[in-house]
Amino acid sequence: MSARAPVSDNVHVEVVHDHHEAGHGSRREYITGFVLSVILTAIPFWLVMAEVFSDSRVTSLVIMAFAVAQIVVHMVYFLHMNARSEGGWTMMALIFTVVLVVIALSGSLWVMYHLNTNMMPMSPGDMRNMP
Amino acid sequence: MAHSHTAAADDGELHFYVADEHGHAEGGTMLGFWLYLMSDCLIFAILFATYGVLGRNYAAGPSGTDLFDLKLVAVNTSMLLFSSITYGFAMLEMEKGDQRMTQRWLAVTGAFGLCFIGLELYEFAHLIHEGATPQRSAFLSSFFTLVGTHGVHVTFGLIWLVTLMVQVHQRGLIPANRRRLMCLSMFWHFLDVIWIGVFTFVYLMGSLK
Repeated sequence: MSARAPVSDNVHVEVVHDHHEAGHGSRREYITGFVLSVILTAIPFWLVMAEVFSDSRVTSLVIMAFAVAQIVVHMVYFLHMNARSEGGWTMMALIFTVVLVVIALSGSLWVMYHLNTNMMPMSPGDMRNMP
Repeated sequence: MAHSHTAAADDGELHFYVADEHGHAEGGTMLGFWLYLMSDCLIFAILFATYGVLGRNYAAGPSGTDLFDLKLVAVNTSMLLFSSITYGFAMLEMEKGDQRMTQRWLAVTGAFGLCFIGLELYEFAHLIHEGATPQRSAFLSSFFTLVGTHGVHVTFGLIWLVTLMVQVHQRGLIPANRRRLMCLSMFWHFLDVIWIGVFTFVYLMGSLK
């Protein structure tokens, strides 16, 4: 948006409004996000339902990558995330949350996965005599 | 809120650059609501972690491969995705100030949301009927908790949606209602983001052999 107003003969004032697009995108933006989401949803479903890869570990890694890509698409096109909205604080909050989520998820899985294998073998009798 | 700085160009014209943050700086409501969503995200992170830890403890009961109907989940996913874009269209009509079209798109969004909840309840009823109840195994307990919490969120989103439709009907697209619709928009799209994690992590990975 820009407006020009002649203040005097040789001075012109130009006001340029910055469009942050926070919270409201354009129709084009929503449709782009929707089409990308459909593609990023359909491929993982197809990969699993048609059993494209014989190794299930490969399939899980690929569909997790698709999920991350789709989450980014939703954040950008539907939630209109960018580094400038609310003075960058929404992005800061998001980064902080992502850090916490990664710690909680990977930490839980890592600890609990190793807990089973690292426990000392114990009979029910030993359990009863525990202090 | 407006930062401006001037630059005197060579031709003697005065340029003002105003970084105006109008329209969404309503007393920091959007930032506050975003912080709420982030804390909600942590709730889901803990439920995902719980499912990740317990998700393979079947207690000799049924596993995901036996239970999940991926076609149903695909339909469910598309319902939520459609409701996301129709909510987006409602927001665009709100920007234009077209109350009638806003209400219509909100109604379409609500219908898709209702389909989602209906299909999910049908799935849960089917599982429980087959004996795959939350009490059956740690896998099923964590499954019902995670997917159920998401379903409860969508249900409350629907109640909120109907409330806002009544308010818009009564008072029109006044600034307060616009702000409320913006908050619900973020909530609704956020639930779709959580669902991406659910269908990938629970349904698709649970159906792998």
